Amino acid sequence: MAVGTSATVGGPGDAGAPARVDLSGDPRRQRRERAMGGLFFVAALASLAISLLILISLFSNGWDFFSNVIWANVFSSDVWSPRSDSYSITTLLVASLIVTGIAMVVAVPLGLCSAVYLSEYARPRIRQTLKPILEVLAGIPSVVIGVFALTFIAPEVVGRVFGEEHGRTGSMMAAGIGVGILAIPLVASVSEDALAAVPGTLREASAGLGARRMHTTIRVVLPAAVSGIVAAVILAVSRAIGETMVVFIAGGAADSARFESNPLEGSLTMTAAMASLATGTDQVRGAGLAVASLYFVGVILFFFTLGLNMLGNRFVRRVRQVY
Amino acid sequence: MALTTISSSGGPTARAQVEAALRGERTDVRGRIFEVALLSSLFVSLLILAILIFRIIGDGASVYTDRGVDFLEGRLSSDETKAGISQGLIGSLWIAVGVVVISLPLGIAAAIYLEEYAPRNRLTRFIELNIRNLAGVPSVVYGLLGLAIFVEALNGFSSSEGASRSTLAAAAVTLAVLVLPVVIITTAEAIRAVPSTLREGAYGVGATRWEVIRTQVLPYAAPGILTGALLSIARAVGEAAPIIVVGAVTGLLGGTGGLAPGDVFNPDNLFHRFTAMPVVVTTWAKQPEEAFKIHNAAAAIIAMMVFIVVINSIAIVLRNRFEKKRSA
Repeated sequence: MAVGTSATVGGPGDAGAPARVDLSGDPRRQRRERAMGGLFFVAALASLAISLLILISLFSNGWDFFSNVIWANVFSSDVWSPRSDSYSITTLLVASLIVTGIAMVVAVPLGLCSAVYLSEYARPRIRQTLKPILEVLAGIPSVVIGVFALTFIAPEVVGRVFGEEHGRTGSMMAAGIGVGILAIPLVASVSEDALAAVPGTLREASAGLGARRMHTTIRVVLPAAVSGIVAAVILAVSRAIGETMVVFIAGGAADSARFESNPLEGSLTMTAAMASLATGTDQVRGAGLAVASLYFVGVILFFFTLGLNMLGNRFVRRVRQVY
Repeated sequence: MALTTISSSGGPTARAQVEAALRGERTDVRGRIFEVALLSSLFVSLLILAILIFRIIGDGASVYTDRGVDFLEGRLSSDETKAGISQGLIGSLWIAVGVVVISLPLGIAAAIYLEEYAPRNRLTRFIELNIRNLAGVPSVVYGLLGLAIFVEALNGFSSSEGASRSTLAAAAVTLAVLVLPVVIITTAEAIRAVPSTLREGAYGVGATRWEVIRTQVLPYAAPGILTGALLSIARAVGEAAPIIVVGAVTGLLGGTGGLAPGDVFNPDNLFHRFTAMPVVVTTWAKQPEEAFKIHNAAAAIIAMMVFIVVINSIAIVLRNRFEKKRSA
């Protein structure tokens, strides 16, 4: 590993046999070598510092809420309205769950089927033309999907299917479909990686036994890739829970929400509640615990998604280990 | 061999017959249906994308044909015929600058450490795990980090007082931190793809580790690193949630600037209240008036998407081009 050494074996001047050869090299080069190494190490540590700062900012401000809130306003209330000191966390959790559920109903079948087609059926040329579509979809900012969900999905999809009165404003249904569209590329790319990791020999063995491609795909390839597909779903759930702008724009609620379990109505998810609270911070600052509740929801969201991501990444790693 | 002789002498029908016979005399109907179902799910994604693009252009184009440059140069306003996006453009531009100045050097350096220097020990594994987890933290949580830490830290430079002291600088730092894990991960992947023979060759002629990195690893990985960098800029420019939490202005914004070049690049912009393109889109989309909700929001999206699509396409083209070159 001693790569920092370079021999300064005698110059052209001293032709006589050198008594000692200095192998330690130019001290300036060595100093620069150490300095660069140190610099890179500090840069890598910066990522740890960021995590630490996130935890500090969440907890120091969230603590205000934990220590001062009247817990009856959190668990017995059925209204989330920080301006009137009512913090029904179940309202937010249920809305997050509904939106995420709808999103998965949209994203998992579409994303998984796209991945199976791209990996098992598509010829290379077709693959090269179709795959960028998913990449473009992945690059669309969530505000754009949010506006699309509000101005198109709500009236044209939700309104047509469930009755016009549900399409006039945003709803959890419209927002959920929007979040689902956002999650399609994620599901597709993670599960395609998993399918690609299944060795070709399994497919060949199956074909050799006379199985058709559909049988090979359903009975051999998909079971072999199952942990990667599970990872795709888990990571997509985490993405959907953390998605803010689509729900904020198309979720059909302003800055307060009453408990609502009908997906065709509007409500506030955890993320949308944070965004709408923040847009009004000028007015609510100083109003009770409103700002502190922002961090309280942030703490819950943070640990929710952290848990899901760690679980998902564990499944992703399992794919790599087996093959 | 038998198959080819039949098909060449008896034409396509004979070949089809033989193939059908080998399959058990019937076409694989279920298999075809399955394949079509899979393909159609890809086309649904394509259809969604197409509808989205047509809707946005259809809704927004009229604003450009009616008002043209006036819309780009105008400022936020409650009058839908006067409202424009200049302040949003300035904000987004500085956010892109922030990402380039902060995330790229920091992210590339961290990736170099992890791939080229780091010993395989627990600290390294912990840093890597931590970066993966940071990449999955919801963007709105980064907004809380920005509000609690960066707004306070940059408070001394702020020109405003009280509750409205959130500055563009704080927002740019927040988004730079948000995309940092993405920069690290993509750069690390690009570095990992550098063949070890290149490194060994350079070490063999006496180069130090940094010299190997500078002369061999970085040039070879440059297209991959550039692709990751472009994608992260696009991501940062499109993010609204974190900067709304940090305190982007969602109503009207007095003060900062027009679109004259001197104003746009004036660093004073960094220490004022601010807005950015995705925030402008959000604000207008939440207005009750159709003119704002449908047309102005769509027009603002067009401006933002032109920027993002250009960056993304460059990134995708770059990557495909180099993938092809390498595999050839």
